Amino acid sequence: MNATRSSRRELLLGRIVLLMLVVFTLLPFVGMLSAALQPAGSNPTGIQVPTNPAWGNFITAFEMSKLPTLMTSSLILVLMVVPVGLVLATAAAYGIVVLRVPFGGVAFVVLLLGLTIPFESLIVPLYHLMKDAGLLNTRLAIAMPLVALYLPFGVFWMRAHFQGVPKEITEAAEMDGAGWWRALWHVHLPLARPALTTLLVLYSLWTWNQFIIALVMMDEPLMRTVAGALGAFQGQYGTDIVLLSAGALLIMLPTITVFAIFQKQFVVALLQGSVKG
Amino acid sequence: MTKLDQVVVGAQGSGPAAGGGRRTSRRGGQRRGPWAAWIFVLPALAVYGFFTLQSLAKSVQYSFYSWNGIGEATWVGLANYVEVFSDPRRVTALANAFKLIFFYSFLSIALGLIAATLIRGLNSRWSRASQTLLFLPQVVPLVGAGIAWTWLYSSDGAVNQFLRAIGLGEVARAWLADFTFALPAIGIVGTWVLIGLCTMLLSAGMTKIDPALYDAARVDGAGPIREFFAVTLPGVRGELTVCLTVTLIAALANFDVVYTMTLGGPGGSTMVPGVDIYQLAFNQARVGAASAMGVVLMVLVLALVLPLQRIMRERP
Repeated sequence: MNATRSSRRELLLGRIVLLMLVVFTLLPFVGMLSAALQPAGSNPTGIQVPTNPAWGNFITAFEMSKLPTLMTSSLILVLMVVPVGLVLATAAAYGIVVLRVPFGGVAFVVLLLGLTIPFESLIVPLYHLMKDAGLLNTRLAIAMPLVALYLPFGVFWMRAHFQGVPKEITEAAEMDGAGWWRALWHVHLPLARPALTTLLVLYSLWTWNQFIIALVMMDEPLMRTVAGALGAFQGQYGTDIVLLSAGALLIMLPTITVFAIFQKQFVVALLQGSVKG
Repeated sequence: MTKLDQVVVGAQGSGPAAGGGRRTSRRGGQRRGPWAAWIFVLPALAVYGFFTLQSLAKSVQYSFYSWNGIGEATWVGLANYVEVFSDPRRVTALANAFKLIFFYSFLSIALGLIAATLIRGLNSRWSRASQTLLFLPQVVPLVGAGIAWTWLYSSDGAVNQFLRAIGLGEVARAWLADFTFALPAIGIVGTWVLIGLCTMLLSAGMTKIDPALYDAARVDGAGPIREFFAVTLPGVRGELTVCLTVTLIAALANFDVVYTMTLGGPGGSTMVPGVDIYQLAFNQARVGAASAMGVVLMVLVLALVLPLQRIMRERP
C-alpha cells in the first residue's frame, strides 16, 4: 500500500519534471511565434497571446527573405554535397572492410583524426585554397570543403555497417566469383540501405544548417545555406523583432517539418547506432 | 551549424564502432585483399588529403608567420603562440571555452540523465513524445536558436517578463549586454541544444540494461535514487562517454551561437576561440595569429577527447 502511494507520488513528480524540460525546449519557438504574430513594426514585450494575430507578417517575411530563392540555393548545395559524399564514404568503407585493402586500418585511423578537428581550425587555409583557385563566391567553394569535412564521419559510419554484415554473405559473394563491383551493387548496397538512409538524412541536415563555411566562402547571402542566409537576415532586420521572428520561423520550418515526418527514422537510427555497441 | 555536425557525429557513430572493434580483431588472422581494391578507397582519401590534411598542415605553417593574407609573410617563430597564451583577449577566449563546458557538458548530461530515467520509468506514449520534442533543437540551425534566444534574453523579452511576474523585477536586465551574465546566458543555449541528444542516447543505453538487475535492486530494498546509482548509471557508462565527447567538442568549438548572439561582446566577455579565429583572419587580417589559435583549439579538443576514447575502449 505504502509503496504504491510513494511510487504514485514519484510518477507525478517525474511527469512534472519532464513537462518542465519540454516547456524549456519549446520556449524559444513559442517566443518567436508570439513575437511574429504581433502587429508589424510594433515593439513586442515577452510572450503574449496575440489578441489579433497578424498572420500577414509571415507573408511580408516570406517576400523580404526571398525564401524560395534561398531554399533553392540550399537545395542545390545539398545536391552537390550529399551524393558525392555518400559515394566516396561507401566506396572507401567497402574497400577497407569488405575487400580488406592492404593497410586499410592505417587509412582508417588517418581518416578518424578528422572527426575531432573543429571546422574553425581549418577555415583559414580552406579560404585561401579557394581564393587561390579563383573559386570564392561560387557554390563549389562551399560544397567541396564540406564533402571533405563530412567524409570522416561517413567512412566511420559505413565501416560500422559493413562490419555488421555477416561474414558468410561477404564470402559467398567472393566464391561466386562475382566481381567487386557486382558484389557491391547486388549484395552490399541493398543491405546497406538503412545505414545509407541515415547518412543521407544527416549529411543533408548538416549541409542545410552549415554556417561558418557558407559565411566565409560566399558574400551573397542568397547563395549561401539556409543558416547563412538567416545570419544575414538577422544582420539586416535585427531591430525589427516582429519581422525577424516571422522570417526565422519560416526559414526553420522546412527542417522542422522534415523532422516531424521522419522523426521515427531519426530515433530508430540513433537507437540502432547505440544498441549495436 | 558547424558544431552540431560534430555533435551528431559522435552520437551516431560510437555504438557500431564499439561492436566493430571486436569483429575486426576476430578477422585479424585473415588474408589481406589485393592492392587493386585501393581503387575504392583512393578517391575518398585523396579528397580528404587535399582539403583536410593539407589545410591542417597549412594551419600549422601559417601559425609561424605574420601574414595579412595578401602581402609577404614574415617568419615570427613562436610569437603567435606566445600571444595565444598571454594576450588577454586570446586567454579570455580559451577560458570561456572551458567555462562553457559546465553548461554544454555537465548540465546537459545531468538533465539528460534525469529525463532519460523519467522516460524509462513512465514508459508512456506521452513520455516518448516528450523525448522527440526534446530532440527538436538538434535539427534547427544554431543561428535560428541564437536569434530566438537573443529575443528571449532582451530587455523586453520573456525572461525579464517572467522575472517581473514573480516579483523579481529588480534583477531584470538586458542579459546579453551584461558582463557577468552574458556568458552563462549563452551557455544555457548550449544546454538547450544538447539535452535532447543526451536524453536520446542515454535512453537508448538504458533499454539495454538487463531488467533482472532492477529486480534484484528492488528485492534488496533499494529506492529509486539508490537504484539509479547502483544500476542505471553503471549501465550507461558507454553512452555517458559518448555524450561527454560530443558535448565537449560542441563547447570548445562553439561558433554559430556566439557569432549570432553577441559576436564575443560585451567587451570580449563572451569571446570564444571560434569567433576569435574568424575575426582575426577576416576582420583584422592577422592570418598567423588566427592559425595559431586554430592549432591550439585543435590540440585542446584532441587532448580532452582522446583520453575519453581510451576509457571507452577499456570498457569490460
